[in-house]
Amino acid sequence: MRPFDYARAADPAGAVALVARPAAKYLAGGTNLVDLMKLGVETPALLVDVTRLLPTGIEESADGLRIGAGARNSDVAVDRRVRAGWPVLSQALLAGASGQLRNVATIGGNLLQRTRCRYFQDVTKPCNKRVPGTGCPAIAGAHRDLGILGTSEHCVATHPSDLAVALAALDATVHLHEAAPVPLTDLYPLPGDTPQVETVLPPGALITAVSLPPLGLPSRYRKVRDRASYAFAVASIAAALDVVDGTVRDVRIAWGGVAPRPWRATEAERVLRGGPATEAAFRAAADAELAAARPLPDNAFKVPLVRNLTAAVLAELAGVDR
Amino acid sequence: MTDDRRFAEVSLRVNGELRPLSLDTRTTLLDALREHLGLTGSKKGCDHGQCGACTVLLDGRRVLSCLALAVALDGAEVTTVEGLAGPGGLHPVQQAFLDRDAFQCGYCTPGQVCSAVGALAEYDAGWPSLVTDGEPALTDAEVAERMSGNLCRCGAYPNIVAAVRDAGAAR
Repeated sequence: MRPFDYARAADPAGAVALVARPAAKYLAGGTNLVDLMKLGVETPALLVDVTRLLPTGIEESADGLRIGAGARNSDVAVDRRVRAGWPVLSQALLAGASGQLRNVATIGGNLLQRTRCRYFQDVTKPCNKRVPGTGCPAIAGAHRDLGILGTSEHCVATHPSDLAVALAALDATVHLHEAAPVPLTDLYPLPGDTPQVETVLPPGALITAVSLPPLGLPSRYRKVRDRASYAFAVASIAAALDVVDGTVRDVRIAWGGVAPRPWRATEAERVLRGGPATEAAFRAAADAELAAARPLPDNAFKVPLVRNLTAAVLAELAGVDR
Repeated sequence: MTDDRRFAEVSLRVNGELRPLSLDTRTTLLDALREHLGLTGSKKGCDHGQCGACTVLLDGRRVLSCLALAVALDGAEVTTVEGLAGPGGLHPVQQAFLDRDAFQCGYCTPGQVCSAVGALAEYDAGWPSLVTDGEPALTDAEVAERMSGNLCRCGAYPNIVAAVRDAGAAR
């Protein structure tokens, strides 16, 4: 690990001032950043510790829920208000990482974690995201875990967060210190020919909170992975569904593990809204969204996987027999 | 490289004892414990947050000491496997691991034990897990899910699950 200076600010304004120094980075829970520093992927000259100055509370109001960016994943996952009003959020958090990591990882940090693409994490390999212009070996190499939607010829990495998938389905907003809030679904630009640009946040931006409107319909997070627990998603879904007299009145679908960002399936939602709540309709809606998929040879299995996952979870939420 | 090293003064309360340290800022909590305080119970398995062998209790919660920078923990309270036993003998989780033969080589055991202590405290606080349906109960599935952050290459999982259930039921 490269040597670095460590500083702690008294308040958000102080942190923003410190992080303006060369090669400075914020440190929150550190569960991804410290690992990337060990790997040599991250080489900050200064770490600005924000763990003691970020809000950690969870507040419920008529506008919904507001979660401090410094709240630990485990505290949010087990909060009774979250479990009652936004179960998909609790489930997504509990599906991520392990008990030890959830006790440390923060809500703000989780959103800014980096892809687990093995080429990105290996500094001996080319990677357009890590060193722009060096190429993407994953496209002809190990891409079995990587993206099928929203990828480009320059990068096929996936965003690894489970939390962000739930937040995408919940129309969450990301709040910043003294800057305009950003809708979660706008936070992550697609890679195009600049995969090194991972968020729309300006330099030095500090996430202070995440807010979400009331949900009021049944919701569910389901994650498919290579082992039963403690693994990143091969594919996942956050869904909410409101069915009245066999007709879909409202639906939210976001997919994880398949794209460079949590993938809000707006086309699938459009196809479903106002139509019949049947398993055939759920499959057709998933297919409408997946028409844009550009799978690679070793991850083409994700197309039927996501279709089946979507049909299964929506059928469960609708209470229809399969 | 040594000329570039940056140091910081950090004070940790480890197993009840205040331990002032002067550390390179790069020092993880795990290395502070093992290399600076001689507490080698916490193990370095993967050093990347993937195996759980380095699990300790930080301010009462289970965490991975390999991913925590000691410099960020000034004033924190740390309990390692060395600090679990009391004057009356082993911690109930340690005793349950012995009674159930919940190990083979033993390398992951300090992390398993510390993780189990933390997991049982989370269970007592009413925390659900991903497999919880209704109120949590200490079933095999619940223990397996809650302990999934601790790998055992010897595959002693059945006895680890039994030990954690025993320790949970014994209280």
